[in-house]
Amino acid sequence: MSLSNSYKRLLLAITMMVALSACQSTPTTLYQQVGEQAGLERLVDAFIKQIGQDEVVFPYFKQTNVSHFRAGFITHMCDVLDGPCTYEGDNMVQIHTGMKINEHDFNHTVDLLIAAMNEVRLSHSLQNKILARLAPLRAQIIKI
Amino acid sequence: MKWVSFLATLLFCNTALAGGKLLATPGVSQIEGSAGGGIVPWAQLAGYASEDEWSIGAFCSRGNVKNYRLDVCGVQGNLFNRIELSYAEQEFEVPALNTRIEQKVSGVKVRLYGDIVYSDWPQLSVGIQHKSLKDGKVAKLLGAGSTRGDDIYLAASKLHLGALNGYNWFWNITARYSEANQTGLLGFGAKHADKSWLLEASSAVFLSREVALGVEFREKPNNLGLGESHWRDIFIAWFPNKSLNVTAAWLDLGSIAGVDQQTGWYVSITGYF
Ligand code: HEM
Ligand code: HEM
Repeated sequence: MSLSNSYKRLLLAITMMVALSACQSTPTTLYQQVGEQAGLERLVDAFIKQIGQDEVVFPYFKQTNVSHFRAGFITHMCDVLDGPCTYEGDNMVQIHTGMKINEHDFNHTVDLLIAAMNEVRLSHSLQNKILARLAPLRAQIIKI
Repeated sequence: MKWVSFLATLLFCNTALAGGKLLATPGVSQIEGSAGGGIVPWAQLAGYASEDEWSIGAFCSRGNVKNYRLDVCGVQGNLFNRIELSYAEQEFEVPALNTRIEQKVSGVKVRLYGDIVYSDWPQLSVGIQHKSLKDGKVAKLLGAGSTRGDDIYLAASKLHLGALNGYNWFWNITARYSEANQTGLLGFGAKHADKSWLLEASSAVFLSREVALGVEFREKPNNLGLGESHWRDIFIAWFPNKSLNVTAAWLDLGSIAGVDQQTGWYVSITGYF
């Protein structure tokens, strides 16, 4: 029983993609790839604009001091993306306790972040790497 | 015309009732009606319902290989991303014999653990597909023991964000306990053949948020002694929004009922409400 050529070619392509990603050294941090401080500010501003126009997520921020959120979120992102910052604000659990964010609203916020990343033209693969850093935080944010 | 307006509605209606999952994460609809790939049921439950939502979906698929054609339509319900209920009707055309085999499949799937994106370990589900042939003549003729049967399966799946050089990588492995011959279309079991565990697997790479390219493998038993082959496919799935999926695949179903080289194409459309 032999596989078709196209199947084998696909196998090869996938193997090569895995191999390439494995041996590729990462000369730059995600923070640098986003465009350092200026790039991060552009991203977070686009994200805040998305939230501001969104009827699902905006209500959570009704009482929020936007400039405090902006500064804290930028520092936190800078830290998470291996930039030269240390986030020293309240931790994720402390901040989001009492908000009772459900899975739907969390994923909706991810959709908004993706829209913001598209708006500032981050590449598809950079977007995924950023999401991969944020996804593990969900357990400290929802349903509390 | 009805179809055209149905599709147009889905394509432009971006607001499904339940949009609680990330785009594309429910997978597509497999030929027995469960959420999955084309031929393998996956651990994800159909539709975009998250923990406090419900959703329904409907799909139709056609597989066309050298000597046979399979048409399937079905519906799926998702209750709180915990339970999936599905019902599908299959019509298997054998033009050479001027015969049509019809099978109905009712399915239940329960999510046991996790979330394909967020949990540390893969999402895990268990499911059952209850199948019955409308008219078991062909199955009996070929020596099948029964015209109805139940498949039980355990599925694990995971989406790894950015894992393949920045591209999202998905995999699913399913273990199925079954005695179905050609998924049940040729009956269930046979003399000296009993239920066995069968391995199925899928893997896909997301080229963008909307497009995934993948492969599937489904191990098959050979109860009837007709050289039943394992199934394989390569698929491309398009998710323009959370209301619509269109999937196309190239199938290699090997030998069916003693006739070799059953390769061909597959298309499937699912709408989510
Ligand atoms: C990306 C996914 C996969 C690819 C590309 C792949 C590829 C292949 C290839 C190239 C063969 C050899 C076929 C031949 O020339 O005879 C094969 C056979 C086989 N694979 Fe996979 N495989 C995949 C996943 C899996 C998984 C996950 C399993 C089981 C857990 C599996 C089970 C098998 C078995 C049982 C055979 C032997 C089938 C036979 O009797 O011909 N495959 N596969
Ligand atoms: C991985 C996802 C998330 C991360 C990394 C994150 C991170 C943060 C950080 C660092 C702050 C503090 C900013 C400051 O110093 O003021 C913050 C505040 C906040 N977050 Fe999140 N957050 C996430 C998801 C969400 C979601 C899904 C929601 C709601 C749907 C949400 C709602 C809020 C609100 C309302 C505040 C402001 C609290 C206040 O008024 O002080 N967050 N978040």
